Amino acid sequence: MKPLDPRLVRTADAVRTHLAVSVACGVLVTGLILAQAWLLARAISGAWRGEGLDTLGWVIGSVAAIAVARALLSYLAETSALHSAARTKSQLRRRLVAHVTGSGRVWTAGPGSDTDQGSPRAGELVTLATRGLDALDDYFARYLPQLVLAAIVPLAVLAVVFWADWISGAVVLVTLPLIPVFMALIGMHTRQRTERQWRLLSRLGGHFLDVVEGLPTLAVFRRAKAQAALLREVGEEHRLATMGTLRIAFLSAFALELLSTLAVALVAVEVGLRLLGGYMDYQTALLVLILAPEAYLPLREVGARFHASMEGVAAAEQVFAELDRGRGVPVRRDGAAGGAAVDTADGAVGKAAGEAPAAAPPPATGRPAPAAGGDIRFEGVELLYPGRDVPALSGLDLEVAAGEHLLLTGPSGAGKSTLLSLLLRLTEPTRGRISVRAPGGRWEPLEAASAHDWRLGTAWVPQNPYLFDVSVADNIRLGAPEASMERVREAARLAEADAFVSALPDGYHTRLGERGARLSAGQRQRIALARAMCRDAPLVLLDEPTAHLDPENAAAVRTAVARLLRGRTAVIVAHDTGWAREAFGGTLRTVSLPLPTQEGSVSR
Amino acid sequence: MSSDTTVPADPLPVPERERRRDPLLRMTALARPRGSRFALGVLLGAAATGAGVALLSLAAWMLAVAADHPPITALGVAVVATRALGVGRGVARYLERLVTHDAAFRTLAEVRVRVYERLAATEPFGRFRTGDLVSRLVSDTEATLDLLVRGLTPPLVSVVTGGATVLFLTALHLPGGLLLAAGLLLAGLAVPLAAAALSRGPGRRQARARGELSTALVDTLHGAPDLVAYGAMERQVERVNAADAELTRLARGDSALLGLGAGASALITGLTVWGSLFLGVAAVEGGALDAVSLAVLVLTTLAAFEIVAPLPAVAARLGAIRAGGARLFGVLDTPAGTAPPTRAGLDVEGDATVRVRDLRVRYGPGEPWALDGVDLEIPAGWTVAVIGPSGAGKSTLASVLLRFRDPDGGRVEIGGEDITAYPADEVRGVVSGVPQDPHVFASTLRENLRLARPGAGDGELWEALRRARLAGEVAATPLGLDTQVGTHGLGLSGGMVQRLALARAVLASPRVLVLDEPTAHLDPDTRDAVVEDLLAAAEGFSTLLITHDLTGLDRVDRIYVVRDGRVLQQGTHEELSRQEGWYRDVGTD
Repeated sequence: MKPLDPRLVRTADAVRTHLAVSVACGVLVTGLILAQAWLLARAISGAWRGEGLDTLGWVIGSVAAIAVARALLSYLAETSALHSAARTKSQLRRRLVAHVTGSGRVWTAGPGSDTDQGSPRAGELVTLATRGLDALDDYFARYLPQLVLAAIVPLAVLAVVFWADWISGAVVLVTLPLIPVFMALIGMHTRQRTERQWRLLSRLGGHFLDVVEGLPTLAVFRRAKAQAALLREVGEEHRLATMGTLRIAFLSAFALELLSTLAVALVAVEVGLRLLGGYMDYQTALLVLILAPEAYLPLREVGARFHASMEGVAAAEQVFAELDRGRGVPVRRDGAAGGAAVDTADGAVGKAAGEAPAAAPPPATGRPAPAAGGDIRFEGVELLYPGRDVPALSGLDLEVAAGEHLLLTGPSGAGKSTLLSLLLRLTEPTRGRISVRAPGGRWEPLEAASAHDWRLGTAWVPQNPYLFDVSVADNIRLGAPEASMERVREAARLAEADAFVSALPDGYHTRLGERGARLSAGQRQRIALARAMCRDAPLVLLDEPTAHLDPENAAAVRTAVARLLRGRTAVIVAHDTGWAREAFGGTLRTVSLPLPTQEGSVSR
Repeated sequence: MSSDTTVPADPLPVPERERRRDPLLRMTALARPRGSRFALGVLLGAAATGAGVALLSLAAWMLAVAADHPPITALGVAVVATRALGVGRGVARYLERLVTHDAAFRTLAEVRVRVYERLAATEPFGRFRTGDLVSRLVSDTEATLDLLVRGLTPPLVSVVTGGATVLFLTALHLPGGLLLAAGLLLAGLAVPLAAAALSRGPGRRQARARGELSTALVDTLHGAPDLVAYGAMERQVERVNAADAELTRLARGDSALLGLGAGASALITGLTVWGSLFLGVAAVEGGALDAVSLAVLVLTTLAAFEIVAPLPAVAARLGAIRAGGARLFGVLDTPAGTAPPTRAGLDVEGDATVRVRDLRVRYGPGEPWALDGVDLEIPAGWTVAVIGPSGAGKSTLASVLLRFRDPDGGRVEIGGEDITAYPADEVRGVVSGVPQDPHVFASTLRENLRLARPGAGDGELWEALRRARLAGEVAATPLGLDTQVGTHGLGLSGGMVQRLALARAVLASPRVLVLDEPTAHLDPDTRDAVVEDLLAAAEGFSTLLITHDLTGLDRVDRIYVVRDGRVLQQGTHEELSRQEGWYRDVGTD
C-alpha cells in the first residue's frame, strides 16, 4: 500500500486541492517553526546578555504573533482537510454507485442460486461506500498534512542548521536518513515472521467468537461449563503468540524513537561542548538545539499515524478494485447475433467483454422494435454464467403464445428463474435466440428492442420481492412513477393490499423500513403484485408467488394473481402446481424444465 | 406452578449499584487484577515521555551553563545524563508498549472467560439469537483491550509526567510553573473534552444522513433486480446521489466546527510558550531569575506539550468505548432465563414419556404469549412433530424442554418428573438434540462429534456418522475424522451441517431427542433427504420434530399443528389430511 496512491490523486480532484492546500500550509508552518526557533534563541540569549523587555519587546511580541498564526493555519488545515475528505468520499462513492449499477453483476443471479436476490457482496459494497470510505477522514486530516510536513520540515531544518552550524548539520544529515533505512530493514526482517504468526493469531483470536456462537450447541450437550477452562488456555496462548509478534512489530517504532532522541542528545552534547570551548555563540547553540527535534518530529508523527490512516487508503483501493472489476455479464459463445462474439470459455470476460454494457444497443433495422404482448419463441437457448461449467439453462426450445398462461415447473436448478431473467432482459442468452412476434406480424429477434423499452411491456413478481425503504405508494408505482394516487390505490385494491395498507399509520404514505420490515411475507408479496398491476404490462412474469406463505396469505395472493393475469400473457414459475391449476383452469399450460446439462438439448 | 409470570432468581446477580455505574469505570474495574502491571506500564510510559522533556531541559541547562565558559567538569554529569536520556526514552517507550499490551491481553483473556461464564450461566439465547448481536458482543469484549491500551494508559502517563514537569518548573519559577499547569490543563483536558462535546452534534447530524445514504445504497444493491425490471434504476441512483449530496453538505459545513479543536490546541501551546518567555525575561530583568533558569524554563515549556499530545485522540475515542461497554454490560446484566433448581437427581430410568400440560410462556410482562396453554404428549419411543408457521411458538417449546427457559405457567414432565425443578444439565442428560442453527466449531470433525460424548472412540463416531448418513462423505475425504471444519476449515454444505448435528445428537444418546427446525435454510431436494435420514436415525428415541414444512410427516406417529401459541389440530398425517384446516391447506401439493 502506498502512502499516496496516484490513482486517488488522479481520480478525485478534491485530493489535488487538498494536496495543494497541505503543501501551502506546510511551507508556511515550516517558516513559522524556523522563525519561532530563531526568536526564542534570540530572546533567551538576549536576556543572558542583559537585554531587558524594552529591547526584546519586538522579539517576544513576534512569538505571540507566531502562536496566533500557527493556530489559524492549523484550523484552516484541519477544516480544509475535512472539507476535501467529504468531497473525495462523495466523488468515489458516486463513481462506485454508477459503476456497480451500470454493470450486470448486481442483478444477475448468483452462481448456483435459482433466485435473483442481488449479489451476495451487496452488503460489503454498502459498508465500503459508507463506513469504509469514512476512514479517509483520518487519512486527509491526520496523515497527508503530516506527510507533506515530513517532506518539507526536515529539509528546511537541515538547511538552516547547516547554515547556522555545519557540524550539527552533519550530525542531523547522517542520522536523519538512518531512520527510514533502519525501519525498512526491520520491516523486511519482521514481515516474514509476522505473516507466519498471522494465521495462528487469527485462529486463536477467532476462538472466542466461535465458542460464543456455539454456546447453545455446547449447552445442549452439557459442555458449556467445561469450555471456560479451554477458553482460558486459548486466551493465554493468544496472548503469548500476540506478544511474540508485538515484540518484533514494536521494533521499528523503537528504532524511530531511539534514533531521533539519540540524535538530539548527540547534537546537544556536541553543541554544548563547542559552546564551552568558545567555538560558537550561545544564540546559535540555542537555535540548533531548538530546531534539532523539529527535524525528527514529523517523521515520528507520520510513523505513528501510518497504520490508522491506511484504513482509508485501503478502502479507496477497494473502490478502485471494484471499478476495475469485470461486469460479470455472460457473453455469447456461438457467434450468432449481437455482434460482439467473444468466447467466454474461461476468464475471457476480460476488458472488451467485461466493459460491454449489460444489453447491447439494438442494431438499427428500420423496422419498429418488437414489444411485449405478442408470441415469444425460444430456439436452442442456453445461458452460461461466466466462470461456470454447467449452464444455468441449456438447449431450450419453447413457444409462448400471446395471452397464454404458461406454468413452468421442474427441479431446483433447472433454470426456471433464469428463463424469467432472460425474458426480463436482465441477461442475454449465450447461445440460441429468443424471438417475438406482434399479433399478425413477423418474428423479430428480441435484441431488436432496447432492454429498457422491452421491459416497459413486462411486469415481474419475484419470489422474494424487494420493498424499498420509501413510502408504500412509491413502492407500488416503482414501474410507473407518474401514476396517480387513484391508480396506486386501484392497483392495491386489485392486489388485495388496500385493506392492510390503509391500516398502516400513514396509509399509503407510510415508509416501509429496511426491506419492508413492517410487512409480513404475504403482505410484501401483495405489494409486489400491486406493483405489477400498476405497471399494467401485457407480459407478466411470476416467480413462486405463494412459496413460504401461510394459507390465508396464499389465498389472498392467488386471488390477486388471477386478477393480474386476466387478459395478459404470463409465465409462472411454481414448485407446486396445484393451486395454479385451481385458480386459472383451462388457459393454463404446464411445461417442466429438466436439469440443464453441458451440451444437453430440450425440446417440446 | 402458578400461571403468573415468574421472575427467576439470578444465579449470579449483578447488584443494582453496580449496574448504574459508568460503563467506563466498570470496564476499568475489569483491569484491577492486573493493576500492578498497568501501573508499571504507566511508570514506563511516564519515564519515556519524561525523558523527552528532561532531555530538552537538561540540554538547555547545559548550553546556558556552557555559555559562561566554565571548566569542562561543570558539564560532565550533564553530558552523560543527556546521552542516557537519549537512549532511555526509546527503551522505556518500547518496554511500556510491551508491558501495557501484555497486561491488556491478560485482562482480555480474563474478560472473555467472564463474559463466557456469564453467558453460559444465564443462557440468554432467545434474546440474542441473530449472529449480528453475537459478533457485536464479541467485538465489544475485544474493545476492552482498546480502552486499556489507548484509553486508560495515555491519560495516566500525562498526569504523572505533566505533574512532575509542573512541580519542577514551579520550584524553578513559580509563575512559569503555574502558567504551564494552566496551559497543560487547557490543552490536555479542556480542549479535548470541548472538542469531543462539539463533535457530538455533527456526529449525530451526519449519522442520520449516513443512515439515509446507507438505506438508499442497500435498496439499490439488494433491490437491483426489481429496479432494473421496472426501469427505475436511474431514479434510484438519483436518490442515492441526493443522499450523498446531503451528507457531503453536512460534512463540509461541520468541518468548520471540527477544526476548532486543532486550532485551539495550537493556540494554547504557542501562547503558553510566549507567556513563559515573557515572564522569564521579565524575571531575569527584575533579578528574580538567572539566565540559566530562563533557558530551562522556556525550553521545558516548549517540550512539555508533547505530554498532552495524545489526549485529544483519547477524548474522541472515549464515546465509542463507553458505548461498547454499555452494550457489553447490557448483555452481562441480563438475568438468567431459569430459576435455580429445587431438586437434584433426575431419574427417568423407566418411562420417558414427555407430558406438557397447559404450557404458557412469554418473553416479558405485557408481551404476547409465545405459548398459550399448550398440551402435548410424546409417549416413549414415539416420533411427534410440531408444525406451524414461523412465530407460532414452536421453538419456545424446544427451549423449555431443553431447560433454556422456565415456563410461566403449566407443567412439563418426563417420566412423571417435573423437569423445571431440576438443574439444566441433568435435564439435558435426558433431553438433547439438534438446536436451531446448530454450530460447527472451527476444529476437526472428531472434536465436533465428541462434544456430545467426550470419551467416545472412533468406532462410536463412525457409527453415529453412519446413522446420520454422513459416513460415506467423511470416508471420502483424505483426513477422515481429522478433517478441519467450521470457520477456518473446510466449508460444509447446509445439509452436511444438519447431518453432523444429527450425528452429534445420536452420539449423545438422550432418552428424548429434540430436533428444532432441522431443515431450515435447506433447498427442497436436500430437505427431503435430510428429513428422511433424521427420521431413520431417530428410531428408538422419543423424538420431537419441530418444523415449518410438511416433508416426511407421513412417517411420524403424531402431528401437532401450532399457531399463535396454541395447538390448532392434532392427529396422524392421514387424519389431518382428511380434516378441514391448516394442515390440509398447506399440504395440498
